[in-house]
Order: sequence, then structure tokens, then C-alpha cells
Amino acid sequence: MEKLKVSSSPHIYSRNTTSRIMLDVIIALIPAGIASIYFFGIKALSIILLAVVSAVLTEGLLQKFTKKPLTLKDLSAVVTGILLAYNLPPTAPWWLPVIGSFIAIALVKQAFGGIGNNFMNPALASRAILLAAWPVQMTNWIVPNTDGASSATPLALINWVSNMDPASSGATQSGASQVAADQLPSLFDAFIGNIGGTIGEISALALLVGAAYLLIRRVISWHIPISFIVTTFVLTSLLGTNGIEDGLLHVLLGGLILGAFYMATDYSSSPITPKGKIIMGIGCGLITSIIRLYGGYPEGVSYSILLMNIATPLIDKFTKPRVFGEVKGHV
Amino acid sequence: MAIRAFTFRGGVHPPQNKQETHNKPIENCPVPERVVIPLVQHIGSACEPLVGVGDRVLLGQKIGESRGLISAPVHSSVSGTVKSFERSDCPTGGQAMSIVIENDGKDKLADSIKDRDSEEINKLSAEQLRDIIMEAGIVGMGGAAFPTHVKLRSAQEKKLDTVIINGAECEPYLADDYRIMLEYPDEVIKGLKLIMKILGVDRGYIAIEDNKQKAIDTLNKALEDDNRIRVIKLKTKYPQGSEKQLIHAITGRIVPAKGLPMDVGVVVNNIGTSLAIYNAVKKSEPLYYRTITVAGDAIKEPKNLTVRIGTSFKDIIDFCGGFIKEPAKLISGGPMMGTTLHDISIPVTKQTTAILVFSEEYAKVPEESPCIRCGRCVQVCPVNLLPLSLNSLVLKGNFEEAEKLHAMDCMECGSCSYICPSKRLLVQSIRLAKAKIHEKKKS
Repeated sequence: MEKLKVSSSPHIYSRNTTSRIMLDVIIALIPAGIASIYFFGIKALSIILLAVVSAVLTEGLLQKFTKKPLTLKDLSAVVTGILLAYNLPPTAPWWLPVIGSFIAIALVKQAFGGIGNNFMNPALASRAILLAAWPVQMTNWIVPNTDGASSATPLALINWVSNMDPASSGATQSGASQVAADQLPSLFDAFIGNIGGTIGEISALALLVGAAYLLIRRVISWHIPISFIVTTFVLTSLLGTNGIEDGLLHVLLGGLILGAFYMATDYSSSPITPKGKIIMGIGCGLITSIIRLYGGYPEGVSYSILLMNIATPLIDKFTKPRVFGEVKGHV
Repeated sequence: MAIRAFTFRGGVHPPQNKQETHNKPIENCPVPERVVIPLVQHIGSACEPLVGVGDRVLLGQKIGESRGLISAPVHSSVSGTVKSFERSDCPTGGQAMSIVIENDGKDKLADSIKDRDSEEINKLSAEQLRDIIMEAGIVGMGGAAFPTHVKLRSAQEKKLDTVIINGAECEPYLADDYRIMLEYPDEVIKGLKLIMKILGVDRGYIAIEDNKQKAIDTLNKALEDDNRIRVIKLKTKYPQGSEKQLIHAITGRIVPAKGLPMDVGVVVNNIGTSLAIYNAVKKSEPLYYRTITVAGDAIKEPKNLTVRIGTSFKDIIDFCGGFIKEPAKLISGGPMMGTTLHDISIPVTKQTTAILVFSEEYAKVPEESPCIRCGRCVQVCPVNLLPLSLNSLVLKGNFEEAEKLHAMDCMECGSCSYICPSKRLLVQSIRLAKAKIHEKKKS
């Protein structure tokens, strides 16, 4: 007599799995990694590898010691390691990615319940902690293809120029602003990545190629990244000193494209409905613009995403979709 | 004016797997030596038996009388002798008291079964047509088996303006409705016209997914010039055949959550039901057979068959060449919403649309991983629910909150469980919530 299995429908399943999704993210991040190694050299590769190994070891050992099932093959720790590395400067000492990955995995992700339960983006929360703890090492920038001398990032330059007090002495001021303006990269350099910045953020081109892959593979939807970038572009164009040119620079410089496509879209820490996603994107754009234009920090992307992560449960509460056929006034 | 999208929000695209079943013309399954006819094969009350052990019965003779308002009579599907009464397992997963009849091999028709000519048919009033349908024991042939004569009373309750014949057949593997459309297009259209007459409606649609182009062409040709009826081509997507989604795709109207299609002026019937209605009116034929698809990787020769009600799954599978692989899962219906069964000797009833048998490779239930909150389930839900939130609430036992999140509106199509990358048991947990909420309401 046949042994027939009885189970609850449905009886077929799509072939998509969590590890396949994470693998797609890793693939999408590769172009940015290649650009980074091209512009910053082998040092960038070593930081990425240190971060990934530290992330994987942290998760594996933690799960082993707490007798929880090992989830390493879902590849999410690898993704967190890469993203953490992409937020570090190319001059980072070896212990920075190691500690950063440990904080991201152990504190921000596993301590709250592991995959699906992190309420903030682990790599970004870790970056914020590292920036607070080791501000010097976290902001030691270099410009590619120079003698490796430290310099300000392009965003810092824009920030310095726009923050200057208009009332101060005319001659020295115009001289200083002229120097700063000359040091600003061309739009072309900013697009391909020939600029200073963190390991992952420099090449808009490489990041956009990866982003296109993520959109085609339906790993992410357009809602968060497009509303984030458009809001930032519009606000910085309107409120900045040079109109659209400022807006474009703000989009291509700093961590905006990396943050909008790869970090703000983290599943567990972003809203689950399209409306909610757009609200998050706009909120991120708003906060990023305000911090960049009026705040003390040159970069606002990380903090804007973290703040909107925390707002996500509230956003989800207020954007519950209307059930098909729901009659107004009915429970 | 509502927007007609010819599709609906959400849904999934499981592999259709119809290449082996679409091109198989309907064959007659041999009549078995004995049939087991459950006294309830429909939504509603069970029938009162009209025969006793040892009685001789004729083919098409009424052997169970309907009881109560929502019910439908059952008829013998062979001529022969009543052998016994037994509690039989049914393909819907439950059990029912059934009449077992031994076939005498003669197929002697009951006297009531005779032809009507078109003049006679045209003279029949709506009330008389409805009585014929009731006497014939016709129920919804798409699987739900709601007594059709009750559905056709809708005109007395609400204002109606549209009839839709549901030829979507969105479940993978299934091809019985498709083959009926190809082989009996005139009868399907005549059945639709009878429904329109009963309801006093003069707009009819036949809805077909675009993966069945041949059926669309065949029906268009058969329609000639009756401009009250149109064939509508819909985007192929599961669950397009769900009647609320179907109505929305064609007319743009949204059926209210706790309501019925008649609340927006529409009545929907399955292709097979339309055919059965025509046969009942033209030939006075009661419902004693139906068309099903037999498929699955464990079946040697997938077929589309006309089967006598009460034939066991085993006899049908034997006629299809038996098993070529070790069977691991037996499904009555489609792979998305069908019921799994533990025994191949269960009889086919009016509710059976297909028999699918899968080997271990397809029968494996994957292991669940933690929810990653990707939101794919939210994207695909045709009812705009939040399956991941409902699943989380059910796992914590919080059924009150699940009710507030509209768990009761779930139509259990399975799109969420299908798409989940973590292979979570989403619709299964919502089912549990619905059962618990229902239980609480009753107490």
C-alpha cells in the first residue's frame, strides 16, 4: 500500500530562497568592490576580507555557544560584513573592520533575535558606534592616485564652503573658497569613483550597475531608493548655493547611492508596504539634506537611515493597506 | 466608471505545467464495477436517502433527496443494485454517509431522462428552468460545489446586470475546463444563455486566461453574432479564477469583504456548471458524471477524463496507466489549493476537479527558516493582507489581534506561502487563526 503524505496546501513552492536573495546582494556589491580596489589598491580588499571573516566567525561562534541552529548558509553575515567594510575609510587599521563586524553581528543583529529581527541596519549602526568611538581613524581620508596624503572628502569641502560666515573679511574668504572650489571633483570623476570617500561609496557607476541588478532580480523595489535620492536631490538643489549642480554633486558624492540602494532597503529594518517605503525614503532624504546643509557633519546618510529605521514600526502601523473589499466603517 | 484592468493586484506565477494535459482530448473513463456515492457532495445539508439495500436503481435515478434550503439531490451514476450504506472518506478531507451501488453493466437510463427540442426549451420560464437545475442536482463545478439553483435565486434578492462564466482555470496542471471549451463550445454558450434568461440579465462574459488562446478563438467563432456575450481575455496569473478577483478584473467592481458577487450585480458560474446546466435542460440529464484532469509526475499517462460520480481514484489512476514513480502525495484539486488524501480508494464526487499524484521529489515540504521581513507575501496577497504579521501573531497565540488584521478575509489561495523565500507556513497559520476565531465566535 502506498505511503501517502498529507499536508496543508499549497503543495508547490517558488524556487527563491533567502540564501539566493543574499547571493544576489553579494553579486550586486561586487562592481563597487572592484572599483574600490582599482582606486584604493589592495588595502581595500584586505579590509573587506577582514570584515567578512569577522562577521562570519562572530555569527557562527555565537550560535554555536548559545546552542542555536547555525544559519551561516543564508549568507546574511557575509552581506553585513561587506556592507560594514564599504562604510570604512581605505586607511582603516585591521582592527576596525574586525571590531565593526563583531558589533554589527553580535550586538545589532543576534542580540535582538537574528535575521529578520534587527530593527536597525547592522552595518550602519556599527558604523555609527565606530565613528563615535574612533573618530580619527574613521575619518582618515585619502584621494585616489595621489601620494596617499590625507585630505578632506569632497563632501567635507562642500560643507566647509557653504558653512562659511558671509560676514567675515572678503579677501581671505574668497581666496579660501576659491581653493576649496578648485579641489571639488568634476561630475565625471564623482560618477566613476575617482574621488575620496569610504571604500564602498566612491563609484556611483559601479553602485548603479549593482543596483540595476538588484532591481531586475526583484531583490529590492524602487520605492525607497528613488524617493530617497529624489528628495535629497530636490532639497539640496533648492536650498544649496549652486542649484542643480549642487544637487547633482550631493547625489554622486558621499554615501547616498550606497545608502539608498543597499542599506536603507534592508528588509528587517524598513517598512513592508509600498506607501511605507516611500515615506521612509522621503524621510531619509529630508534628514540627509538637513544634516548635510545645516548640520555639523558633512555626511547625513547613515544617521538618516538609522533614524528612519527606528521610525519603521510607526510607519508600518499607519500604512496598513486597505483590505480588498473593505467597507469604510466596518471592523 | 470603474477601471477594467483585466488583471488584479497581487498574485503569483507558478509554473503552469499544462503542456501534458492541454492537448489531451477528453476520454471516457470506463464505468467501474461499483460506485460509492456520498449523500453530501455540496455546500449545505446532506441528502435524505430514497433507496434501501437491495433496491434496483437506474442510471440517473434520484437516490438522495435534498434537505433544507441549501442542498442538492444526488443521483445514481450506474444502473444496478444498492449493495450497502457506508461512511466513506471524501476527497474534501471529511467523511460522509454514502450509498454503494453494484453496477449491472447495462447503463439503463431512468425514464425521466429524455430530450427536449428547442421549441420546448424556449417555452420554459425562469422558474421552471431553475427547478430543472435543482432536480438535476447541479452544483458549482469549479470545486466549491455550491448548489446552483440557490445561486440562481440571486435575481430575487439583488439587482443584477452581468453573468460571468469562469474559464480562467488558473491552477497549474488543470485542463478540464479548457478541453470543455474546445470540445463543447456551443453547449457552454447555450448554458450561459440559459443562465442569463433565468436571471433576467442581458450582459454575459466568458472569462479565459491568455494561456488558452485556442479556447478563446473557438468560443469567439461559436458566438457568431450574439452581441450580448463577449469573450474576455485575462492576463494569466494565479488566482485569476477567484471570483472576486475575476469580477474586479473584468468589471472593475469590488465585491465587499463579507459580501457576495450579487452585491455588485454579478453572478459567476464555472464552465463545467454551464455545460451541466445545458445538459440538464436539453437532455433532462442529472449530474452523474463530470470532467477531471489526471496528472502529476507519478502518473504514467496524464489524461482529461469524463468520470462517473462515485468511481474510485484507484480505478481512474489504473486507467491512466497507474504509477510510473513511487507516489508520495495524492491531491484532489490543484497544487495550490487542493486537498491531500491518504487513500486512493476514495470516490470522485461532484467537487473533484482533478487528481494529481506526485513523487517524493515534488512532495517534499521544505524546512521553515526565520522570516526576513522581505514583504514578498504582502506584495502577492490578492486581498491586501499582511501574511507575515498574521503568521507572527498566530505563532504567539494572539488570535484577537489576528482578527483585527482581517485574518477572516483570507481566501487561502496560498500565494503567500508559495512566494516566501523562507518557506514559512503562512497560509497554514492563517487557516489556524480562522479556525480559532470561528470557534470563539460560535461559543
